[in-house]
Amino acid sequence: MDRTYLSYNSIISSYGFDSPSAIESIKKEVSGLQVFEDKAILPDRFCASRISNDKLDKAFDRMRPKEPHTKLEKVLILALENIISASGIELNERVGLILSTTKGNIDVLQENSPFDENRVYLSEMGRKIKNFLGFQNDAIVLSNACVSGILAIAMAKRFIRQGRFDHVFVAGGDLVTKFILSGFNAFQALSDQPCRPYCKTRSGINIGEVGASALVTKDIAKLDDTSVEILGESSCNDANHISGPSRTGEGLYRSVISAMGQAQISPMDIDFISAHGTATPFNDEMEAIAFNRAGLQNAPLNSLKGYFGHTLGASGLLETIVGMHSLHSNTLYASKGFREMGVSKPLNIIEKTKSAALNTFIKTASGFGGCNTAVVFRKAAV
Amino acid sequence: MTQELFIASHCHISNNMVSLNGTTVHEQKGTDFVSFAKSAYKKFDIDYSKFFKMDNLSKLAFLAADLLLKDDNIKEKQNIALVFSNRAASLDTDRRHQESISKNDSYFPSPAVFVYTLPNICMGEISIKHKLHSENAFFIFEKFNAQYLHTYTESLILEKKAEKVLCGWTELDGEKYKAFLYVVGKSGIFTHSTHQITRLYQNK
Repeated sequence: MDRTYLSYNSIISSYGFDSPSAIESIKKEVSGLQVFEDKAILPDRFCASRISNDKLDKAFDRMRPKEPHTKLEKVLILALENIISASGIELNERVGLILSTTKGNIDVLQENSPFDENRVYLSEMGRKIKNFLGFQNDAIVLSNACVSGILAIAMAKRFIRQGRFDHVFVAGGDLVTKFILSGFNAFQALSDQPCRPYCKTRSGINIGEVGASALVTKDIAKLDDTSVEILGESSCNDANHISGPSRTGEGLYRSVISAMGQAQISPMDIDFISAHGTATPFNDEMEAIAFNRAGLQNAPLNSLKGYFGHTLGASGLLETIVGMHSLHSNTLYASKGFREMGVSKPLNIIEKTKSAALNTFIKTASGFGGCNTAVVFRKAAV
Repeated sequence: MTQELFIASHCHISNNMVSLNGTTVHEQKGTDFVSFAKSAYKKFDIDYSKFFKMDNLSKLAFLAADLLLKDDNIKEKQNIALVFSNRAASLDTDRRHQESISKNDSYFPSPAVFVYTLPNICMGEISIKHKLHSENAFFIFEKFNAQYLHTYTESLILEKKAEKVLCGWTELDGEKYKAFLYVVGKSGIFTHSTHQITRLYQNK
């Protein structure tokens, strides 16, 4: 069976418009979050990471668009264009496109939107992106709550192993909108300060907007200096509650065990965990229980939400990309915002960015609807 | 790696009518979706009060899934993955949430509505009812796409991620709705092929 890899990647975020701009800041433990007062989005103050509209428009206009595009389309097109040109892959019928998002162009529902309401349909967004970049196959849009980004990687691997595609470009993105912030605020889950995953004094989540993209391929000629092999993946539902995680971490525990099983590795082989860590008490506690049940309590662990906030449908993909850079630079990135233990089970939270010999990591995510996904990655020899 | 898979059963819900394996099992003309869904709930003796808290997309998907999972003699712990798709995602409920936040003098977003602004929530509801700790994936396509569903379902069973897959199309957009779900496994009536899936999708 073909081995599958993740390679070329790009991050469009508040840090800048490529992966290195984000990675360099994370290495220095600089957060991309900021406090905003913007009543068009939320009546109260909120903390988020946002992509500058001015910079985005300038970058996008260089691509000579023939028609207007929504903010999210611009972000995703830029992220994809970066890696299509870097990889030099011709977009023929053997190349797939998977887009992961929770809400897509949801801002089109606002009264002041210049776009036709038809644009809010995710397949329409997929069609605009496909046509702009010249893909031959229709975009496969995945909308599976907060596991979308990491599930999209597992999905790309499966389509390749089934022989449907040789290469799949995966991109994920969501925006900071009134729609999203009002909803999370109704749950009383938002913090107006930078979030502090797993910390005793945490005060809730932040929402962030990014566009992330990566190439999934079986072609070893298309690996770059950040490449990883996808060793095992699994996705399991809690079958417990639609808006709260399982108290026993059931779905996450099963996902982690099954992904490690497919990868044929034991907890000792995991050099670090790139966890979900939204900084809500229920989520963080659930993860601590699941990781302890899986024997992973000693593995160094971080949540990257303190840098980007929760980037929803992009988060799993974004955080995997940061993990790839972490492996290849042999550096464990600090779990920003953490001060003192705020979960009932032991976890080995990375408090300071530091060097370490790294080969393998596991990325996990959990979301509304009770979904959980875990994927194991290993550094690919370049 | 080549192992033939089959479609064991299928269910359609559209135009105020429910059919199971090609036979009409419930019909109630002249009512809106909410009343129709309630009539189906009663007809099939579903005793599950959470049903009435669900949004319309979840009610639609839940009804179709319940008929198949009940009918298929599926044991509780069996690993049945859910692979659903549609065109409008959760737009029906998205519009309700948007309505609740669009005017400053009637700004009242509700968590009970907001949680349903994700299409995969309906799979969460089904997983809870049938105790399925399995994989869920929700795809959005412009129209029913038998090819991608076929490929993905095959990969889940052949790579032993699931023993069976409940998959199909669950679309609800205003008063327009259509559910077509089918169970794929190692035994069944029809060969699991894009041709058969398309044929069953078109026949009510």
